[in-house]
Amino acid sequence: MSPVIPLLILLIPLGMFLLLGLLGHKMSHRMAGVLGTAGMGVTAVLAYITAFTYFFSGNPDFVDADTHVRLQALIFNHDWLAFTEKLVIRLGFLLDPISALLLVVITTISFMVHLYSNGYMRDHHGVWETGFQRFYAFLSLFSFSMLGLVVATNIFQMYIFWELVGASSYLLIGFYYTKPSAVSASKKAFIVTRFADLGFLIGILVLSFYTGTFNFTDLTSTEVAAGVYQINEGTAEGIKNIFATSAAPVFMGGSVLTWALVLIFMGGMGKSAMMPLHIWLPDAMEGPTPVSALIHAATMVVAGVYLVARLFPLYLMETVALDIIVVVGALTAFYAAMVACTQIDIKRVLAFSTISQIAFMMVSLGVARPEFHHGLGYMAGMFHLFTHAMFKALLFLCAGALIHAIGSNDYTAMHGLRKHMPITHITFLIGCLAIAGIIPFAGFFSKDEILTATMGHSIFWYIWMSAVAGLTAFYMFRLYYLIFWWKEHKVPEGHHAPHDQPWTMTLPLVILAVVSCLAGFVPMGNLVTWNGHEMFENVNFFTNLAALDWSVAGISLAVAIAAIVLATVMYKKENPLPAKFKNALPALWDWCHHRFYWDELYQFITHKIIFGCISKPIAWFDRQIVDGTMNGLAAVTNKLSWAIRGFQSGRIQMYVWWYLIGVVVLAAVTMICVL
Amino acid sequence: MESVGSFIAYVIITAVIVVCSVLAVTTRKILRAATYLLFTLFATAAYYFQLDYEFLGAVQIAVYAGGIVVLFVFSILLTSHPGDNSAKLASKKRLLGLLGALAMLGVAGYSLVSRTEFLTARASGSNPDMQLIGETLLGTGHAQYMLPFEAISVLLLACIIGGVVIARKNH
Amino acid sequence: MDITILFYLIPSLFMFCCGLYGFITRRNMIAILISLELMLNAVDINFTVFNRFLFPGQLEGMFFSLFAIGLAAAETALAIAIIINVFRVSENIDVADVTKMKN
Repeated sequence: MSPVIPLLILLIPLGMFLLLGLLGHKMSHRMAGVLGTAGMGVTAVLAYITAFTYFFSGNPDFVDADTHVRLQALIFNHDWLAFTEKLVIRLGFLLDPISALLLVVITTISFMVHLYSNGYMRDHHGVWETGFQRFYAFLSLFSFSMLGLVVATNIFQMYIFWELVGASSYLLIGFYYTKPSAVSASKKAFIVTRFADLGFLIGILVLSFYTGTFNFTDLTSTEVAAGVYQINEGTAEGIKNIFATSAAPVFMGGSVLTWALVLIFMGGMGKSAMMPLHIWLPDAMEGPTPVSALIHAATMVVAGVYLVARLFPLYLMETVALDIIVVVGALTAFYAAMVACTQIDIKRVLAFSTISQIAFMMVSLGVARPEFHHGLGYMAGMFHLFTHAMFKALLFLCAGALIHAIGSNDYTAMHGLRKHMPITHITFLIGCLAIAGIIPFAGFFSKDEILTATMGHSIFWYIWMSAVAGLTAFYMFRLYYLIFWWKEHKVPEGHHAPHDQPWTMTLPLVILAVVSCLAGFVPMGNLVTWNGHEMFENVNFFTNLAALDWSVAGISLAVAIAAIVLATVMYKKENPLPAKFKNALPALWDWCHHRFYWDELYQFITHKIIFGCISKPIAWFDRQIVDGTMNGLAAVTNKLSWAIRGFQSGRIQMYVWWYLIGVVVLAAVTMICVL
Repeated sequence: MESVGSFIAYVIITAVIVVCSVLAVTTRKILRAATYLLFTLFATAAYYFQLDYEFLGAVQIAVYAGGIVVLFVFSILLTSHPGDNSAKLASKKRLLGLLGALAMLGVAGYSLVSRTEFLTARASGSNPDMQLIGETLLGTGHAQYMLPFEAISVLLLACIIGGVVIARKNH
Repeated sequence: MDITILFYLIPSLFMFCCGLYGFITRRNMIAILISLELMLNAVDINFTVFNRFLFPGQLEGMFFSLFAIGLAAAETALAIAIIINVFRVSENIDVADVTKMKN
C-alpha cells in the first residue's frame, strides 16, 4: 500500500489546524466551518479506504496468504530522532486491526462532530459563537493528534501524540475561557492526566530499558507471545528472551515487566478516567457539547483502552497486571454507574456513563486470555469501544441538541420534550436502547460478548458486571424518561417552544442512530483479534446472531429489560416513588449524589496534606533560605557600594591621594618581602 | 674625584632645586610659583650641563624655561588678577598632602639608599656631539628614534590644532 | 668628594615629592599644572642620570628626557588651552568648582 493515503490522513487535519489557526480569523465563520468539515470528511473517506484495504483487500502485506492471519503492517516508519544506534525515535504509520478500527471510529465521530458544530456553535438567531474558527482549529488539532496516536509505530510516538491529545483536550475544555468553571475544569483535566502520564513515562522508560526497543512490532510480535524475541536491529545480543530480560529482575515483589505494565496502565487510567483518576472527566463537561461527544466520550478517553490493547501480548505475559486492570475496571464501572443514577446535569450523567462503559472495556481486556475462546475479551473490548463510540457520541450530540434548545444542562428544565423534539427523542431513545443492551442495537452484542468473556474468567466478576449492566439500563432510562416524559413541558412566558435543531445538527444524529442500530452486526470476531487469527469460521454479517451464547445473552437481556421496566415505573409519570427511594436510603443517595466525595478527598489531600505539609515548608525554605541568601548578597553589595561610592568623587586630587597610598603600600610590601 | 669647583657648583644647584621646588608648591602667589618653577627648571638644565648633556640642557632651557613657563605666565595673567592670593589651605588637606609626599619620600628614599651598588657607579662618558644626536634622532636603525620623532611631531601638530580649537572663542 | 648617583637622585626625588604635595594640595589649576611639571622634571633628571652613570655608552635616557620634554610642552599647551576655556565659562579656575564638562 502506498504511503500517500495514510500520510494524507494525518496531514489533512494538521493542515486544517494550521490553516484555521493562523488564517481563521481572516475568513468568515461559515467558510471556516465548511473548510474544517470538508477536510474532516475527506480524511474520513481516506480512513475508510485505508481500513477497507486493510481488512478486505487480501493484500499479502496485511493478511498472511496461507494462514489468513492478519499482520501488523508498517506503512512507513521514519527515523526522527536518532540518538544512538539503539535509541531511535521514529514517526510512522502502523496498520493493524485495532488501528484500522480506530481510524474508522475517530474519523467518523470527528466528521459528525465537525458537521454538528456548524449548527451547535451558533445561537437561535444564527449568531456565531465567539472563537468559532479557533474551535474548528482545535478540533482539527485534536483529530490529528488522535489519529497520530492510534497509528503510532512505537510507544514513544504514542506518548508524544498522547500528550498532544491531552493538550488539545485542555484547549477545548477551556474553550469558554471567560468562564471560571471552564478554566478550572481544563486545568484539572490537564493536571490529573499529566500526573497519570508521569507513570506512563516511567513505565515506557522501564520497559524500553529492559527490552531495548520502543517499537510495537517488536514488543507485540508473535515471537513475544512465544517467549522468544528478536531485536530488529540485529544487535550483538541477537535473540533475546523478553522474559529473561524484563520479567526476571524483581522490584518490590513484582517483576520489572509487571511494574512497567502497571505504570503504563496508570497512564491509561488517567486518560480513560479510571478510579481514582476519574475526577477530571465529569468536570470536563464544561467544554462545548460536541467536544464532549468527540473527546470525552468517543475517542480520547478510550486511548487508555487502546493502549492496553496495543500492548496486550505483553500484558498476557504478566497476568498480575491484567488482574489489576480487572479490579480497577470493575470497581470503576460500578462506582460510576451508581453515581450516574443520582446526577441532575444530563451531561454529568453521560460522563459517568462513559466512565462506566470504558471500565467495561477495561474489564473485558483484563479478563481476556488466549485459553478462553481465543481471547474473546480482547475482541469484545474493541467491539465495545467501537459501538460505544457510536452510541455515546449519539447520546452526547442529542444532549447537545437538548441543551441548545433549552439553554440548560439540568433535566428539571426539560421534562416532557418528546412532542417538541421528535427526531431528538427517537435518536436519544435508540442511543439508550443501545447502551442498555437491547437486541438488536449495537450495545447488546458488544456487552454480551464482554459478559461472556467475564464469565469465562470469573463468575464473581460476571455477576458484578451484569449488575452494572442493569444499573446502566436503569440510569439511562431514568434520564430518558426525565427528559422526554415525566410531565408536560411548560414553555416559559415569552419563549418559543423548543423544537428540533437545523439539519447540520439533526443529520449527524440520524446517521449515528442508524449506525447504532447496525454496528452490532459487524463480524468483529473476524476482523479484530489479539493475534490476528479469525475467531469464528464462516461468520458473516447476518449469521452473527446465531453465534450468540444465548445463556449469557438471555440473562443480560432479562436484566436490562427488568431495569428498564423499573425505570419506567419510577420515572415515566410524575410520582412520589423516586422521592421515597431517596428518603429510604438518604446516606446512599447523598454519597452517590456527591460522587462518593472523591473531589473532596482530593481537595483534602492536595490542600491540607500536600500544600500544608510539603509545599509550605518548601516555600518557606525557598523564601527565607534560598531567596534570603541571594537578597543578603545583594544587600551586602548594595551597602558596600554605598559605603565606597565616596571614592568616585570626581575630585582628581583625591584620586591621586588614593593612588599614592596604593603605590606606597605596594612598594612597602615589596620591600618587606625582598628584605 | 671631582674638582672642588664642580662640587661647589653642584651644591649650589642642588640648593636652588630644593628651595625653589618647595617654594613653587607652597607660595600663595601663583605668579611667584611660576617663577620658582622657572628657577627649578634652570637648575635642572644646570644639572644636565654638569652631566655633560649640553644639547639636552639647551633644550631644557629653550623649551621648558623658554616655552612652557612663558605659557604659564601668560595664562596666569589671563586668568587671575594681580595681587590675588590663593586661599589659605585647610590644615587637614595640607596634612594629607604632606603625609602622602613624606610617605613617598620615605619609601622611595629608603629603596634608593638601600641599594648600595648605586654608590659605586661613577659618571663616565662624554658629551654626545651634535652629529651623533642628529643621526640617532633621525636614523631608522637599532636604538635610533625616527619613529618617535615623527610621532611626537604629529602629536605636537595635533596639540597646536587642539589648543587653538579649545581656546578659541565660540561664536 | 665623589658625586655619586645618589647625589642626583635624592634631589630629584625631593623635587618629585614636592610636585606630589603640590598636586594634592593646590586648588588653582595652573598651580596644579606647575606641580605636574615639577614631577615630570624630576623624572627627566632620573632618566638622564641613569644614562650617564649606569649606561654611559648609550643615549636612551637622554632621548627619553628629550621626548618627555616635548610631550610636556604639548601637554601643557593643551592643558592651558582647556584652563583658559574653563575660565572663560566659569570665571574661575578652582579645581573643586569644575564639576561639569558642559555648561
